[in-house]
Amino acid sequence: MSGGTLNLFIGLAMGLNLLALGSSRLPSLIRAVSLQGVLLGVMPLLLEHDTFDWRVVLVALATMVGKGLVIPGLLRRAMRAANVEREMAPFISYVPSLLLGAGGTIAAVALARGLPLLPEHAGTLLVPGAIASMLTGFILLIGRAKAISQVCGYLILENGIYLFGLLLIHSTPLLVESGILLDVTVGVFVIGIIVDRIQRAFDSLDTRKLTTLRE
Amino acid sequence: MNAFLIIVPLVGAALAAVWPGNRTRPWLLPAVGLVHAVLTLWLFVDPPTVAPTAWLGFDPLARAVLPAVSLLFLVCAAYGVSYLKVRSERPNRVFVALLLAVLGLLSAGHQARHLGLLWIATEAVTLAAVPLLHFNGTPRAFEATWKYLLVGGTGIALSLLGSFCLGYASLHGGGEGDLTFVALTAQGAGLSRPWVLTAWVLLLVGYGTKMGLAPMHTWKPDAYGEAPGIVGAILAGGVTTVAFTAILRVRAVIGAAGEGAIADRTLLVIGLFSMLVAALFLLGTRDFKRMLAYSSVEHMGILSLGAALGGAGVAAALFHVWTNGLTKGALFLSAGNIRRAAGSASMDEVRGMSILTPRSAAIFVTGMFAVTALPPFGPFFSELQIVRAGLASGHGAAIAMFLGCLLFAFFGLTRVVFGIVDGRPRTAARANGKRFVETAGVIVPPLLLLCLSLWLGLFCPATLREAWSAAVAQLFPTP
Repeated sequence: MSGGTLNLFIGLAMGLNLLALGSSRLPSLIRAVSLQGVLLGVMPLLLEHDTFDWRVVLVALATMVGKGLVIPGLLRRAMRAANVEREMAPFISYVPSLLLGAGGTIAAVALARGLPLLPEHAGTLLVPGAIASMLTGFILLIGRAKAISQVCGYLILENGIYLFGLLLIHSTPLLVESGILLDVTVGVFVIGIIVDRIQRAFDSLDTRKLTTLRE
Repeated sequence: MNAFLIIVPLVGAALAAVWPGNRTRPWLLPAVGLVHAVLTLWLFVDPPTVAPTAWLGFDPLARAVLPAVSLLFLVCAAYGVSYLKVRSERPNRVFVALLLAVLGLLSAGHQARHLGLLWIATEAVTLAAVPLLHFNGTPRAFEATWKYLLVGGTGIALSLLGSFCLGYASLHGGGEGDLTFVALTAQGAGLSRPWVLTAWVLLLVGYGTKMGLAPMHTWKPDAYGEAPGIVGAILAGGVTTVAFTAILRVRAVIGAAGEGAIADRTLLVIGLFSMLVAALFLLGTRDFKRMLAYSSVEHMGILSLGAALGGAGVAAALFHVWTNGLTKGALFLSAGNIRRAAGSASMDEVRGMSILTPRSAAIFVTGMFAVTALPPFGPFFSELQIVRAGLASGHGAAIAMFLGCLLFAFFGLTRVVFGIVDGRPRTAARANGKRFVETAGVIVPPLLLLCLSLWLGLFCPATLREAWSAAVAQLFPTP
């Protein structure tokens, strides 16, 4: 039965992608990312049903805390410090990005059917979920002007890769997985600090102001 | 034994993080650099046997490139002491600690024989370099750092996805999903073909971003333009190298899977494209530190081209890793001096540096000629070897384009370099330049790197050539 629960969770995560694309307010964008992080953290537990492995539980817990609490908390702090609540005039506005995201999700499901997958993975939404999340991440990275929204895009992109990585959870040693998780967390942490510094140096988090360096 | 190459710099980094004195802390750089260089030399002379299943090992490929990185770091570290003395107004705790951490992580990346571990090490290097880029603390530096993080972060994310795809290729082909390069190569044709090709594209884009191949090079001019010269030297000579060896290791797996021809074609195209883009931007840029970044893009293109030309080409590319890294180091360090004395990096505001900083200017001009392949400096011989490998394997058109790009790059580089060196200095720059003294500490390191480049050209030792062919034998095993 766990396959069904897993698919439900991935479906929810894909719904959160669309929510992230459609929200103009930064707090709801951060909330969507944080909720997606928690959902992703639960997934390894659903996959690992026959044998109980405490290391998987550890990875799951670390994911939930890192992606669900620590990183969103950092982003909220940066948001309050910069006093921005809303994404004004994005490069790709909300309705087109929603349409792109929805079309991308459908295309991802269709594309995943065409991919050569092992029989045990063919029934899950892991691959379509991964492709859809990566696409959402890219749309946010390219289409938003505020640094915090771009970081959220990067997080959703990473979440997509994480979903794909779940295909390999039985074969890759957990040392590698925890290393990857650590790197991602530190990465976003560093990005968060830079966001803070940009805010202080430019008095704004609008990346359109970052145009001094060009040919 | 080989683990000490990673542990010693990381312990040094931890030590630097708790070291109390701002004035004495920079001496940790050459101290750790020296230990690292001695250890590397020892391992180079007496290479250990690497267990095939080991995740980390001083294997022939690591032996062929890691000494160059270690040598470059040691010389840069000596420069770092004088540089940080000039910049004594800024706290250097984070700078010194992370510079040492970069050395340790680079050693891990070069020795990684596991796809996941390789990714972890390269990603960690990328992150550790971030505070080094904004050491100057200017808004421009933060802008550059932001671009570096976004472009570099996306690239590194794609290489992680590529690593997963390669793992899935193994699973789908009936393997166990073991991500060590030995296991992947052993599975060879058993890897699932569509997943192998997907993995190759993603890994090439991902690690190519780290290397700075066009069109993923956009972070490079900003980062190299705003970072201190010493950081530029280590990024251009060390961090790009680890990405290049990553591509070589992945290329070997793709070759074993029977798709080597496709991999070589993509490497050839992306290499020539990088050279072309770099040459065009070199003709347009007015900033001499950004110029060095474009020159680095050009040389990454040369490496990629060399890697596409089979065994002889890869040996030539490994030679070029050495010559380019050391010569580029001399350029970055002398450019750092000039930038500091002139107070600007734009050729609109800087001129007459041969009067204000005669020694740095002389090294800068000589280094420029060295890097544009003037004999008898090293890059001439490594590029000649690539030309030979290309002609021998029947890539005449590619070699013609290669030479054309080199010529345009030469025009671009001379235009900027002589623009800032010649003429009469501005009055404002004169006052600023007086404050900058060309002490031995900031002149000897770049001069030494230039001498090393000359040494590689004139007296390239046979053991080095043997190390490069051993690496080629590892990458292209003959059945």
